[in-house]
Amino acid sequence: MSEDINIVKTLDLKGLACPMPVVKVSKGIKEIEVGQVLKAVTTDPGSLTDFPAWAKTSGNEVLKFEQDGKEITFYIQRKS
Amino acid sequence: MPTIEEQVAELKAQFEEMKNKTPSNKLAIIAFSGDLDKVLAAFIIATGSVAMGMEVVMFFTFWGTPVLRDKNRNVGGKDTMGKMFGTMLPKGSEKVKLSKMNMGGMGTTMMKSLMKKKNVASLEEMIVLAEELGVKIYICEMSMDLMGFKREEMIDYKGLEYAGVATFLAEANDSRVQLFI
Repeated sequence: MSEDINIVKTLDLKGLACPMPVVKVSKGIKEIEVGQVLKAVTTDPGSLTDFPAWAKTSGNEVLKFEQDGKEITFYIQRKS
Repeated sequence: MPTIEEQVAELKAQFEEMKNKTPSNKLAIIAFSGDLDKVLAAFIIATGSVAMGMEVVMFFTFWGTPVLRDKNRNVGGKDTMGKMFGTMLPKGSEKVKLSKMNMGGMGTTMMKSLMKKKNVASLEEMIVLAEELGVKIYICEMSMDLMGFKREEMIDYKGLEYAGVATFLAEANDSRVQLFI
């Protein structure tokens, strides 16, 4: 993880099924400031396509994601 | 030759008119079905839409109506038909069955335990979540009347209203997405 990304909040969404990961991430992003980064860890394979789709529609940005076995970690920047 | 001011005024008027015709970032769902699988799908789409930044309205009509009955509430004063519908239709979300593979209730029980195991939210949890997220629910007045349901036997839900087809159409007309489930 590069040092230039400033993570201000982490959400543990492991074990949650659709639609909970996006519901929780949409709540979480509202709790940080524009420009700040939210880290979200899921185990739902659907989130691989759902998170980018959510980010695009809600006007936020998935900076990057990492996969470690079943765990997927997203770094999402609040844009608006 | 109209002046610049006149042209701007006309453009402004046209812009306002267009703005009024543009639907809101809203989803309108008709929850017609009273099947567990379909009602669940309706609530997953509804709550997911709020996450996507959309406003959501749901209209419960026909077989969807009894899903919103409160299992703990009993009301008297119903006629024979009302009593019959009251007994034969599910009393609340916990009583609704799968549209397929119900197998006399066994299939529904199995599906519910599987959902729990896989950490999929139950219908009851989804209704609470929808309320928390501000999903607006309307119940069809005509279905209530037809099936003899009374308002006192429906669940407590923030902003719950009773309405007819015109209310739905007004909402649908102002929504980008409309679904019939």
